[in-house]
Amino acid sequence: MELLSNLGLGFSVASSFANLGFCLIGVLLGTLIGVLPGIGATATIAMLLPITFQLEPVSSLIMLAGIYYGAQYGGSTTAILINMPGESSSAVTAIDGYQMARKGRAGTALATAALGSFFAGTVATFLVAIFAPPLTAIALEFGAAEYFSLMVLGLVMSVALAHGTVLKALAMVILGLLLGIVGTDIYTGTPRFTLGITQFADGLNFVALAVGVFGIAEILRNLEDEHERQVMTRNINRLFPSGPELRQIIGPVLRGTGVGSVLGILPGGGAILASFASYTLEKKLSKHPEEFGHGAIAGVAGPESANNAGAQTSFIPLLTLGIPANPVMALMIGAMIIQGIVPGPGVVTEQPDLFWGIIASMWIGNLMLVVLNLPLIGLWVKLLTVPYYVLFPIIMAMCSIGVYSVNSNVYDLFAVAFFGFLGYVLSKLRFEPAPLLLGFVLGPLLEENLRRAMILSRGDPTTFVTRPISAGLLVLALAVLVLVFLPQIRKRREEVFTESDG
Amino acid sequence: MATKPRDDTDMIAGLLLMAAAAFFGWQTAGLEIGTSLRMGPGYFPMVLSGLLFLLGVLVFLKSFGRTGEPMGPVAWRGMLFILPAPVFFGLTVRGLGFVPALFFTALIASQASARMRPLPALVLAVLVTIISTLIFSYGLGLPFRRVGPWLDF
Repeated sequence: MELLSNLGLGFSVASSFANLGFCLIGVLLGTLIGVLPGIGATATIAMLLPITFQLEPVSSLIMLAGIYYGAQYGGSTTAILINMPGESSSAVTAIDGYQMARKGRAGTALATAALGSFFAGTVATFLVAIFAPPLTAIALEFGAAEYFSLMVLGLVMSVALAHGTVLKALAMVILGLLLGIVGTDIYTGTPRFTLGITQFADGLNFVALAVGVFGIAEILRNLEDEHERQVMTRNINRLFPSGPELRQIIGPVLRGTGVGSVLGILPGGGAILASFASYTLEKKLSKHPEEFGHGAIAGVAGPESANNAGAQTSFIPLLTLGIPANPVMALMIGAMIIQGIVPGPGVVTEQPDLFWGIIASMWIGNLMLVVLNLPLIGLWVKLLTVPYYVLFPIIMAMCSIGVYSVNSNVYDLFAVAFFGFLGYVLSKLRFEPAPLLLGFVLGPLLEENLRRAMILSRGDPTTFVTRPISAGLLVLALAVLVLVFLPQIRKRREEVFTESDG
Repeated sequence: MATKPRDDTDMIAGLLLMAAAAFFGWQTAGLEIGTSLRMGPGYFPMVLSGLLFLLGVLVFLKSFGRTGEPMGPVAWRGMLFILPAPVFFGLTVRGLGFVPALFFTALIASQASARMRPLPALVLAVLVTIISTLIFSYGLGLPFRRVGPWLDF
């Protein structure tokens, strides 16, 4: 069995003493920052990203994966305990999770979230291991035109899944693409948009942008209104779900895993869609749909599983095509590039230990979450009671060190301040930052492939529609765009997002 | 006099997008556009700037005729102290060195909250500096000078 030997290789890499340690540190740090109210997985990873750069590539990515799961779990914890989801994917968890907490079932809700996530993570890890290698074979057939069309599809999907109006999300993608272009033109060596600052010749620092737009903007938003938080800590009941409760969550967990695994592969942020889809599905299937919104355990189990499965399978497009499916994957791709790894179909053949090591560490990260975080819930809850004004100076110090440590470039720190300001202004004007980050990462790739495709086709733009795969992807992108502009769909879409905001 | 309904947030958003597009368009002006066969460095950015401007106009126009949600409070104090913190770190990390630069960075950032009292702020900044120095400088071995040339006497 090739799969088993590959997984064996992966586990031997991931379970080395040092890598286990890094995975553990990642999970702990990720949860630590992730439970800070209002700070979602993306912001957490952006802030912790620089810490991993000092390590060798495999360890660094393993630690990053640990941070990712920890951050996600931390996000669910705040969603359940204080009704403050850091990210739209855990917004669904907050609906019923917080109601469970108010009824004194916070422990059960937290354990359900953790167990559901673990199960979904396990299944999805296997799916990644099974499907990623054959997909890389297809990916090797991709030419410049196909890559271009695929990226267009990914960007369009991220627009469709962003909060707020479609027009503004589109504007964010384009602004991201433009910011991504800053630096030296690869074909001619001409500096573009650098304002004569030579430090920006290599482009704007990706970490600076991510930390600024996600991390610092988030801190500023939290500083707007410093009110006391209502933490549901007084009555955390026993953690482990009882027998009947376990039976209640099996169905939602299984369905959530299925829904999440499929939607996670979609470019553009399938994991977010997954938790919505699972919630809607469970509500439809439930014998007591009236319980939803008032603390239905299925409303926690399903979306949490879907979310985690989707988060896992969204590694598939990243590892096979080098195309990030969501902002978190965009951060991962940034990390890989900084480590000197070119994400894409080459990774699996050229660096099998890295590829399989990451896959194995996904599962190990999930396991650590359950084993460590369930007993540590008390600690995380205590952390929620630490006043915010103590936390953010620490975060600011860490951000400054982190961003500086990437390139020892002082201008990156100025860029952080600028992007923090920009991110805050954008959020005040109700722009969604996720499409911006995706555009920023994809900008250079998109342009490169566009120009290459045009040269290959001798200037004939029909190359994008005469090549079947490329045409299919573009048709899909167009269909998505038409769909989100249709009046009925637009209305429905706004309803879904309002529901999750409520 | 009854004012016409208008979504101020979106109006500003639209204007901002147009301004950004104009800035990028202006910066593209000096770049070679090229042909669609051999695109010059200015081709793609020019197309994007145009699109961004168009979107800005659309967002701007759509802001009329409906009222939006108010923008809510603005974190003025937060911006005043949070944003300068990394800038200060950038300006002084080489000169003052890692340890003093970090101490002041944490101290500046801590002033962003009205709830922070002077003494706790000082204690927090000292703790952050000590722990970060232990982790990043001694633990991870980042190649920063702990005390910079400005403090050499």
